[in-house]
Amino acid sequence: MRLELREVSRRFPGVAALDRLSLRVEAGRIGCLLGPSGSGKSTALRCIAGFERPDAGEVFAGGERLSGGGDWVPPERRRIGMVFQDFALFPHLDVAANVAFGLRDLARAARRRRVAELLELVGLAAEARRYPHELSGGQQQRVALGRALAPRPRLVLLDEPFSNLDADVRTGLAQSVRAALVAEGATALLVTHDQREAFAIADEIGVLQAGRLEQWDVPWKLYHSPTTRFVADFVGEGTFIPGTVLGPRRVSTELGVIEGQLTREAPPGTLVDLLLRPDDVIHDDASPLAAEVVERSFRGAEFQYRLRLPSGAVALSFAPSHHDHAVGERIGIRLDARHLVGFPREGGA
Amino acid sequence: MDAASARAGPASVAILVALPMAAVVAAIVQGALGAEPALWDHLREYVLARVAANTLVLAVGVVAVAGCLGTALAWLTAACEFPGRAFFSWALLLPMAMPAYVLAFVAVATLDYAGIVPTALRAWLGNDLWLPPIRSAGGVVAVIGIALYPYVYLMARGAFLTHGARVLESAQSLGLGPWQGLFRVAIPLARPWLAGGMALVAMEALADFGAVSVFNYDTFTTAIYESWYGLFSVETALLLALVLLSFVALALAAERLARGRRRYTAADAGARAPLRLALPGFRGWLATAFAGGVFAVAFVLPAVALARWALAVAPFDLDGRYVAYVMRTLALAGMAALACLALAVALGYATRKPSAGRLAHAAARFATLGYAVPGTVLAVGVVTALGAFDSAWRAHLGGDGLWLSGTVLALLFGYVARFLAVAYGPIQGGFSRIRPSLEEAARSLGLATRELISRLHLPLLGAGIGTALLLVFVDVMKEMPITLMTRPFGWDTLAVRVFEMTAEGEWERAALPSLAIVAAGLLPVALLTWRMERAARAA
Repeated sequence: MRLELREVSRRFPGVAALDRLSLRVEAGRIGCLLGPSGSGKSTALRCIAGFERPDAGEVFAGGERLSGGGDWVPPERRRIGMVFQDFALFPHLDVAANVAFGLRDLARAARRRRVAELLELVGLAAEARRYPHELSGGQQQRVALGRALAPRPRLVLLDEPFSNLDADVRTGLAQSVRAALVAEGATALLVTHDQREAFAIADEIGVLQAGRLEQWDVPWKLYHSPTTRFVADFVGEGTFIPGTVLGPRRVSTELGVIEGQLTREAPPGTLVDLLLRPDDVIHDDASPLAAEVVERSFRGAEFQYRLRLPSGAVALSFAPSHHDHAVGERIGIRLDARHLVGFPREGGA
Repeated sequence: MDAASARAGPASVAILVALPMAAVVAAIVQGALGAEPALWDHLREYVLARVAANTLVLAVGVVAVAGCLGTALAWLTAACEFPGRAFFSWALLLPMAMPAYVLAFVAVATLDYAGIVPTALRAWLGNDLWLPPIRSAGGVVAVIGIALYPYVYLMARGAFLTHGARVLESAQSLGLGPWQGLFRVAIPLARPWLAGGMALVAMEALADFGAVSVFNYDTFTTAIYESWYGLFSVETALLLALVLLSFVALALAAERLARGRRRYTAADAGARAPLRLALPGFRGWLATAFAGGVFAVAFVLPAVALARWALAVAPFDLDGRYVAYVMRTLALAGMAALACLALAVALGYATRKPSAGRLAHAAARFATLGYAVPGTVLAVGVVTALGAFDSAWRAHLGGDGLWLSGTVLALLFGYVARFLAVAYGPIQGGFSRIRPSLEEAARSLGLATRELISRLHLPLLGAGIGTALLLVFVDVMKEMPITLMTRPFGWDTLAVRVFEMTAEGEWERAALPSLAIVAAGLLPVALLTWRMERAARAA
């Protein structure tokens, strides 16, 4: 069911953990709050779950007001499932009993059916009689998901669900978590600081900083059309180079005139910082433009070079791994940018 | 929920649980301060000096004996290797099952002038042989010190085990021999634990009633009992109780201080399996003889004596009355254990989060102070407080009933005040292992507060509940002064029987109930050693 937050604020002594946060996740969609630690994303989740009481604003689930305007629904009556960062499995119960924990209103047969269905869904049918401490981290995480989904909650919240897991199981698990949520038709909101997790699971992502929502968008647009400098910096890799707006679709830079739609219109003559993603800068030995290699990191299939442009600005570039250049070498580059993301020059006129 | 209302609930629960203790302390302070000045002067002149000196000698002496024995034995079993070490490392805890008053009457019965040991020695070495009298300050101190050394042993052993090996190695690498390592590094490092153990011993020594009664050694506890029963002077008893209470406060402050520092010197759990210093040949056997000697004197010999005497009197002493003693003891211990458990769970639940607030935590600390308050003091306070309650009831609501005074409820009131801390320890430990996220998970799955306790907390507390029940049960079985002073007419328990028989010098007849108490006392010791073994295997 649809989740909506309207101007939700929560202050802790000295800091505003949430500052008038508004967002909406439509029924059946998977949203994500992405942000660095301390950005308020966990507080947002706890306000939705009912473990924190917002100081102001309203929280709605499927049209019912859960908090705000004098209403307060306690967490146990919200029908909102939650997957905790530490999984919070009940150590005294086996896997099946953990999943069945929220199902006590069902008749015994129906309960057993539902538990079997969910264990199948999260791929743990064979582990039904094991205890949490006998499971791997990834398995525990799937039990936590099954347990949260079992009572068919209006909404599932996932708090940094992969941060306690090894890197190599994360990606695969993220895909299976998404598959399970989609199969159940669940509406979900995930909180993470890891953009790869966000991209792998979410339909829409909101970037949170210092308790404020910077941008709420689909992943692709977040990467290619960030609307604030923080989002541009935080999501994906990239650097800024100085440029001057020439016209509606043209910006002049030291790498030549770049054509493309500017995310935000600016009058000719405006000085801008133009965002360059590593995939916008192509290594080309034939190109007349050259830049000096300041740093390189080998990533197997490719090199990522950190380049110093003649003006001193820095750009990143991917190159196939047989293009092996030493630090200090000058290499040819050319631009292949389709969309222009520019922000008014910091401190400039 | 705003912070103030989030704290109000826990604070009111904690304060409610702290009420019995508060009533007791208030009754003592109010009664003592209301006493006539003349009484005060009389006390100071005739009683206080002797009793205070005796009590002080007892406390200091017992701490010295128990401290030396406990530390030495702990060092030997934790950091040295000698024949029988593995056996002694748990066997040396068994004397915990032997109440000091049992050891005391066994000692007096066997070592007094007419006892079997001096008689045998005189027959062997001649009638002129001088032996130190057991009925003396030295005798009491030695016997109670031997009875209480396991507290120090337990704490010191834990400290030595966790950083014993590493300390030895680093001391050796700096050119210190093993004995220098002990005195210059290991003992200073373990000092907070040693101090904690010795503070416990000091509190037990101050609280002791049964053992000093056997020796006719007058301390505050016996003086309180005497003025209560012998002189029927409630005010004298209350005054003495107040003075003893301030002694206890000192010991308690010392213990708090030691515990405070212990937090900062937390031993490293990641230590490897302890490396032990082998005591070769003669020195190893010397260690065996020492450990074996203490074990024999503190446990084996008294147990054998008890068993022989009990067998001797059983044919004519073991009758229907015994069934009644046992049933009453079990009933009281069971009721007290359940009451303490219920209150401990309420207290643990109320204070399980740091956000419960300072008031709630302070009330919890106060509610559990009883373990440090001697039973005689508590008994005087309980009777006074309940008497005041009854007369207030009569004054305002009429009738002539004694609602609480002289009932089983009064007895339970005293037990709860004294032993709540014993139940609270394991319960609080259990609550601290239940992460906040578990509670939130249960809530998000639809559990209201009432169900949280029954479906989440109680099942997860499982082992802690068992431990709490067992510890309170056994402590109540052993308890003497509260039972003696507040029991309803006819409610004689095993411990009361021991007191009455020893008061008449009927040692053999005291052995029968003592044996039952010691047997029950072995249960928590077995649990403790089993836990220690498991922890050692897990490390």
